[in-house]
Amino acid sequence: MIEHIAAIVVMLPIISSVFVMLIRNNSVNWLISTTASLITSIASIMMYFQISKNGNISYAMGGWEPPVGIEYRIDEFNALFIILISIASFLILLYARHSLVGELKENKISTFYSMYLLCLGGLIGILSTGDAFNAFVFLEISSLATYILISMGSDRRALLSAYQYLIMGTIGATLYVIGVGLIFVLTGSLNLHDISIRIQELELYRPLYASLAFITVGIALKVALFPLHAWLPNAYAYAPSVGTAFLSSTATKVAIYLLIKYLFLVYGYDVVYSNKIFVFVIIGLSILAMFGASLVAIFQSNLKKLFAYSSVAQIGYITLGIGIANHNGLIGSTVHIINHSIIKAAIFLAIGCIVFKTKISDTHELAGLGKKMPVIAILLTISSLSLVGIPGTVGFISKWYLIIGALEQGWWLVVLSLAISSLLALIYVGRVIELMWFHQPEDAINVNSKSLPVEMLAITFILTLATVYFGIDTRLTAGLAEIAVHNVLLGGQ
Amino acid sequence: MVKKLVGLALFQTSVYILYISPGKILNGTAPILSDDFSVYSSPFPHVLILTAIVVGIATLALGLSLVIRINEEFGTIEEDKLFEDEI
Repeated sequence: MIEHIAAIVVMLPIISSVFVMLIRNNSVNWLISTTASLITSIASIMMYFQISKNGNISYAMGGWEPPVGIEYRIDEFNALFIILISIASFLILLYARHSLVGELKENKISTFYSMYLLCLGGLIGILSTGDAFNAFVFLEISSLATYILISMGSDRRALLSAYQYLIMGTIGATLYVIGVGLIFVLTGSLNLHDISIRIQELELYRPLYASLAFITVGIALKVALFPLHAWLPNAYAYAPSVGTAFLSSTATKVAIYLLIKYLFLVYGYDVVYSNKIFVFVIIGLSILAMFGASLVAIFQSNLKKLFAYSSVAQIGYITLGIGIANHNGLIGSTVHIINHSIIKAAIFLAIGCIVFKTKISDTHELAGLGKKMPVIAILLTISSLSLVGIPGTVGFISKWYLIIGALEQGWWLVVLSLAISSLLALIYVGRVIELMWFHQPEDAINVNSKSLPVEMLAITFILTLATVYFGIDTRLTAGLAEIAVHNVLLGGQ
Repeated sequence: MVKKLVGLALFQTSVYILYISPGKILNGTAPILSDDFSVYSSPFPHVLILTAIVVGIATLALGLSLVIRINEEFGTIEEDKLFEDEI
């Protein structure tokens, strides 16, 4: 049992998604999904302990030995992300039961759970696999499930945004496949570990850089790196609240993981960062994302879109750390992936609570909400401030590492833009907070009489608490990220 | 909207050929187990592309079904009109 654990965390959600699709009973399905994601979370934590005791897990799928067969390779870096993704999806599922009833038609809820689990399985698959082509297959599994999750939103524009994402996402995945094809022709292998060894012996650099460019652009479309982010705001705005929280805290993060894995573990630092244009483009786009997306967010009137644009800006911070590429920069990136997952899950779940009670979608309708729904308003305020990165919250920790990383490189302009973009974040978050607490509503807010279910409130509360707790006690998040970066990405130097 | 999906399918098909073409060896036969031949094309890309084709079909099917739903909801599939009015 224990030696198959790497396969279990991937297969369990996928297999249970089939059962969920067949059993069309909403509460049974909720129970199955929650149990499946709980078991996955526990298994992933066990996996982490196993790795820290015995070293990396290498699992040959179907008994075919790598490098010919598909290898699942789990180290401290991706085990950390598997834990993050599975726990986040477990918490969001606990929240989902009542929230979905409010937002979806009765007969669609089973399909939602099924696609949710399929997406989860695909994402964990991307994280665990050590095979370039298998990663593509999992990427498409999770993306197809994501398109369906988005198209289920109650607003009919959800269909348009799902279509838009389908086109962009498929182009991204196909570009990724072109890149993998070029590597395959160059090295004759698809096993990522095997490729990373064979790449060192190559002398032909031009096709290698071409494949790097294809893979980076392909994944960047999934990451929603700044000029390729067009699909994200609409997709987040019109998906069901639970779907938005799930996507923002998992899907883009897994794509970033794949990018980091290619840059550091497949191509290797020397190949990638000897190319100055690449570094310039990554840093430039990250800074553009931080400014451009924050500016759009300031003038955004749709509440979910505002935070979706802020996601694009935050992704800029993460890729900035990848561009800085020294010890602290990478820790900053890794910690920010974790922290941003927690923050955005908390924010979108809080918005989900507001939608559950009031059907609000525009920011100006928030006026006076602090008096009507004080608890949710306080939670949203705390998690939004955490997004800005005030000291004592998680956002501060990751920005701190990024700033130190940039200072070590001597890039003062980068440090300056980090500071200024945080101020921009303060403006758009401040607008939401000001509206909630210091404005009188124009007309009375229609708060319906349904009382907010305890689970929804409790999960939002736990996640908001986590944004504060991990901002003060950083041993768990930053500590694990430090181990991951030190042992895996930089090869223990 | 449908035309866009057709373009996407063409794009994917061209990538399939990108994979298949380097596997071909001049004067090689199909990869069949037989004593008569010693030179044969690499079967590996074919296997990969079989998977990619399946993924491509799934994407196309989902895309087209989304277009059908959009047509039901909005009464048009002219993308310019839709995105101008709605988003």
